[in-house]
Amino acid sequence: MRAVGIVLAGGNNKKMKELSYKRAVSAMPIAGSYRSIDFTLSNMTNSHIQRVAVLTQYNSRSLNEHLSSSKWWNFGRKQGGMFVFTPTITADNSNWYRGTADALFQNLNFLKNSHEPYVIIAAGEGVYKLDYNKVLEYHIEKKADITIVTKQMDESEDVSRFGQVQTDEDGRITSFDEKPMVASSHTISCGIYVVRRRQLIELIERCAQEDRFDFVKDILIRYLHLKRIYSYPITTYWSNISSVESYFRTNMDFLKPEVRNFFFKEYPDIYSKVEDLPPAKYNPGAQVRNSLVSSGSIINGVVENSVLFKKAYIGNGCVIRNSIILNDVYIGDNSHIENCIVESRDTIWTNSTYIGSPDDIKIVLEKNDRFMFN
Amino acid sequence: MIKKEMIAMLLAGGQGSRLGVLTSKVAKPAVAFGGKYRIIDFPLSNCINAGIDTVGVLTQYQPLRLNTHIGIGIPWDLDRNIGGVTILPPYEKSTNSEWYTGTANAIYQNIDYIDSFNPDYVLILSGDHIYKMDYEVMLEYHKSNNADLTIAAMPVPIEEASRFGVVITDETNRITEFEEKPAHPRSNLASMGIYIFTWSVLRDALKANKDQPSCDFGKHVIPYCHERGNRIFAYEYNGYWKDVGTLGSYWEANMELIDIIPVFNLYEEFWKIYTKSDALPPQYVSAESKIERSILGEGCEIYGEVFNSVIGANVVIEEGAVVRDSIIMQGTVVGKGSQLYKTIIAENCRIGEGVVTGVGEYAESKLDPKVYAFDLVTIGENSVIPDHVTIGKNVAISGETESADYPGGNLASGEYIVKAGGEK
Repeated sequence: MRAVGIVLAGGNNKKMKELSYKRAVSAMPIAGSYRSIDFTLSNMTNSHIQRVAVLTQYNSRSLNEHLSSSKWWNFGRKQGGMFVFTPTITADNSNWYRGTADALFQNLNFLKNSHEPYVIIAAGEGVYKLDYNKVLEYHIEKKADITIVTKQMDESEDVSRFGQVQTDEDGRITSFDEKPMVASSHTISCGIYVVRRRQLIELIERCAQEDRFDFVKDILIRYLHLKRIYSYPITTYWSNISSVESYFRTNMDFLKPEVRNFFFKEYPDIYSKVEDLPPAKYNPGAQVRNSLVSSGSIINGVVENSVLFKKAYIGNGCVIRNSIILNDVYIGDNSHIENCIVESRDTIWTNSTYIGSPDDIKIVLEKNDRFMFN
Repeated sequence: MIKKEMIAMLLAGGQGSRLGVLTSKVAKPAVAFGGKYRIIDFPLSNCINAGIDTVGVLTQYQPLRLNTHIGIGIPWDLDRNIGGVTILPPYEKSTNSEWYTGTANAIYQNIDYIDSFNPDYVLILSGDHIYKMDYEVMLEYHKSNNADLTIAAMPVPIEEASRFGVVITDETNRITEFEEKPAHPRSNLASMGIYIFTWSVLRDALKANKDQPSCDFGKHVIPYCHERGNRIFAYEYNGYWKDVGTLGSYWEANMELIDIIPVFNLYEEFWKIYTKSDALPPQYVSAESKIERSILGEGCEIYGEVFNSVIGANVVIEEGAVVRDSIIMQGTVVGKGSQLYKTIIAENCRIGEGVVTGVGEYAESKLDPKVYAFDLVTIGENSVIPDHVTIGKNVAISGETESADYPGGNLASGEYIVKAGGEK
């Protein structure tokens, strides 16, 4: 591949509410067996990108744990590799990453020491499958300076948390509004960019000289009419998970056969860290309907329209409906959970009830002691 | 200098012919087990959990699946700079090239491999047992007895002891006598086929027996050591151990995993069993399906009903199909409306729609009554069963079968169809 990859995985998002207390958005568990960053990393490895930098800052422990080895995504090679860059204090810098452009600037040596002509920059919180080579071909064909991957959202969708673009008939972006109060367009930026490496270094250095730190505001928007910035529309499934509603919906989308087929049956595969967990176990009393169940789970109760992540224990007489149970959750007997997201490593005592509503998903945080009798 | 205190040699070359069509294309240690694992995962995981980081795996019969499964040993942390896992197939020599003719002969042909690690002790394992065991404790026992050979042995009910090789010990657990499948056993300590040898003793014994045809540990090397007066001790083991060498015991061992609290518990954090597994999606269970008393691997799609069964990864069970008391290995598809009862289906099979198995009266197998002596339907890997056929009990099927192979849409109990290659 003629590009290096950069994954922007540093951000926090207040819209994730309690779910972001202990992890970066890019480390959010998705679809039972994955984490959000797996999609971007898998896309990179499947596009034959060999050198990838992951820039993390907020709650980076969660992400570092997941990225403990690069072998899961096939990056651990002599030619290339995966590099995780957290902010460090150096002789001439003692700041955190003050923005996406600043994060790139603080790691400019990664770009300077690469020899690949292009850079793919992608956010770590998108759930999608994309061959970046296709974007790069488009970028070259359009003689673009920067190409932004965009998604045409449904008119009914609230797009206020996205950058919104308008293009001319050739695909060149003519306007870019970052999270405007009144939507200017339902074509939104997916936070995936292709740019020539030397061009990027130049833009980032200039930005830093002017004490500007944000890639979108200080580069994309400022240079909009100076540089040729193009839009590459993604037509397949794409979802950004950085709000509780969209996180919930994205997980529930995997109950649909067409979404599962697209991600799990069609070439290429999505990779993730493999954990050595036994198969899921269904004991007498288990009634599972229209749900995803991950390895290491033990089910003794009713589970409907839900996504169970790894190592979920569902006690006798439990009723779990329309909920997401994250990793390593213990739910005691006769509990009732509906329209909830149960945070990972929760322990829920017997006879508990947590009920949210479809429009207001409840986040359950229960850090009780767990007694195991065996 | 390279030096390992103890290395393991894992005998994985046998066909395991008593597993019938399940091992027609694959060595027994590579047969799937428990919805996710392969049999060899148990000794390999025991090795790394016991701190043994050098394992030679002796392969001979149909090694492809085994080789791809083991690779360079990454799943078991056996990818090491020094040691790790090494696949040891038979090889051509300038003189006397031969296959591995027996268990001890296989080790004899790999003396150079063992010598290269300068071990004090060698652990001999076989690849067809399901158990968790800390070989390090056994080694301590071996050393404290100043033993030349320690044999792991398990107490079995005395009425069953005649099925095993039995050891007779004195009060210090030193073995005084061996009895192979005795009619009237004088002890209930059955040998488990797990040996720790002091390497210098084993090396001499192998060299002394090098001209013995089909040189075997049980038949030749251990009796030789016994005659020479070597110190041979029994190490008593009291945990779960299952030989899965027959279709009946293989089925039973799988079924024991689905008990509410299984005797052999895979869900404990301690002493994990590792296996090579791809990053697979979770399983999907549809709104119409029912699953009870079963374990299911990742990536399954279940639209039908599953009871008392062990289902491997990526299995699809279509609408209206009912699976009971069965083992289905990875990648198999069970068609709409099929009814499977007490059926073992190997990997990547296609079971048509409306297929019924395991019905009718039991009948003796016409293929091989010694192998197929249970009321189980056994279907080999990559087999195809056409739509709407009815299959009796104790039946073996292998290969891409067609409706014409089932006269009147039936295959009676005890019958068999073996196609494509014709190996049983």
